[in-house]
Amino acid sequence: MSHHIVEADKLHYSYPDGTAALAGVSFRVAHGESVALVGENGAGKSTLLQHFTGCLFPSKGVLKVGGLTVDKKNLAAVCRAVGMVFQNPDDQLFMPTVFEDVSFGLLNLGVKEAELEGKVMEALKTVGAAHLRSRPPYRLSQGEKRAAAIAGVLAMSPDILVMDEPTSSLDPMSRRRLIDLLKTFKHTKIIATHDLDFAMELCERTIVIHKGAITADGPTREIFMDAELLKRSSLEIPPSRRGL
Amino acid sequence: MGPILPKYRAHVRLWDTINYLGWLFAKTSEYEVSALVPFFLYPVFLIFAGDLPAGYLVRKVLVVAPFAVLVGVFNPLLDRQILFQLGSFGVSGGWVSFFSILTRFALTVSAALALLSITGINSICEALARFGVPRPFVVQLLFLNRYIFALTGEAERMSRARSLRSFGRKAMNFRIFTQIVGHLLLRTMDRAERVYRAMLCRGFDGHIRVVRFSELGGKEIVFTLGWAALFAIFRFVNISLLLGKTVTELIK
Repeated sequence: MSHHIVEADKLHYSYPDGTAALAGVSFRVAHGESVALVGENGAGKSTLLQHFTGCLFPSKGVLKVGGLTVDKKNLAAVCRAVGMVFQNPDDQLFMPTVFEDVSFGLLNLGVKEAELEGKVMEALKTVGAAHLRSRPPYRLSQGEKRAAAIAGVLAMSPDILVMDEPTSSLDPMSRRRLIDLLKTFKHTKIIATHDLDFAMELCERTIVIHKGAITADGPTREIFMDAELLKRSSLEIPPSRRGL
Repeated sequence: MGPILPKYRAHVRLWDTINYLGWLFAKTSEYEVSALVPFFLYPVFLIFAGDLPAGYLVRKVLVVAPFAVLVGVFNPLLDRQILFQLGSFGVSGGWVSFFSILTRFALTVSAALALLSITGINSICEALARFGVPRPFVVQLLFLNRYIFALTGEAERMSRARSLRSFGRKAMNFRIFTQIVGHLLLRTMDRAERVYRAMLCRGFDGHIRVVRFSELGGKEIVFTLGWAALFAIFRFVNISLLLGKTVTELIK
């Protein structure tokens, strides 16, 4: 299914102050792949992720999602195909209750009210958060907020899941639950993370970004054993690979 | 009592609150205080039925109380006619009207805050749109609210960060104050931008769509009519005075 494929061709992006964040990034992610984006702070991971949902548009180069070029014309279709989970769930949860927040995207998609309850509850059950439906998001723990944010995205049935630092500020048990949950998803997944053990457990492929360019792209286990490459990219071998 | 109110649709709650404010401000006498007391029933009901933290709401009312004080503070100076004696102290019309302003203010703000807490600004905006308020106004209100929340959140974080490194010194010089305010605005705009992007990612196109739980039901009609009748009674019958007289008669 072509609409699950993401293709970037020589992507460049510079912020208005002139900072070059992406410098000729090219890759192709196929249907059903789980890909980790790793790199030091400021490498360009989050900038790249923001291109997938049209929050940013490339200064040069082309990004295609499911054969559609990501531009203003195709934005609605692209947003429908790509579900983005933001780094900070507080940025994503803005409605008075979890139920209404998960409903937000569905209502914008034009889902009929008769189907709404079922779809919302299905998404909440998937992430184990059905009991939170009437709770205001600001009263939830970080793990619960993350689950609610993921439910809000899942409810829209995206083909591609894009996640920015999904394990940041999660306690070990919440992190484990998230890994187990994501393992059950058949979506194409692109995950930017500093948590290399998380990447190794979940993603068969890793793209290393350094100063806005791709320095490595290949099987996760191979990349995470290449100490020299990781050091060049300001990373280190994950603790589990070092026997810690 | 549990959260009963969320079961009622937003526009029912909004209509009841507008109705309440209408009756509360229906002009009778600027000297009435006791007749306003029964009106406390509505915000108290909202607080209990909505399972809201009463102390928190009271603190919020107190935060904005200086505005009401400012409005009425000159009344005791301008209107010195003695209305009644409280022991040896003659209470002037100015003081009575001042307390009347404070009471109406407390009732208005507590009802509005309780409504906002139970219903949420999105649902209130949707209800306003249904009542025919122009959409540009409604959308602006929605974003204003979002911006205020982002601003206060950032302000709290910055204030905490400053107090942790100021070792009890509360005062700050003007230069630092302006720098903090500048940073605060930049950080808030950044945060508001991220929230807006999250909305766009989930298909926001400038139209507010919120859950409508059901068609207007019999219970909602009874709820609205019941409150409307109570508000009318509160306005036309001075229940506090009536109760006072009855109790006095009974004691005699």
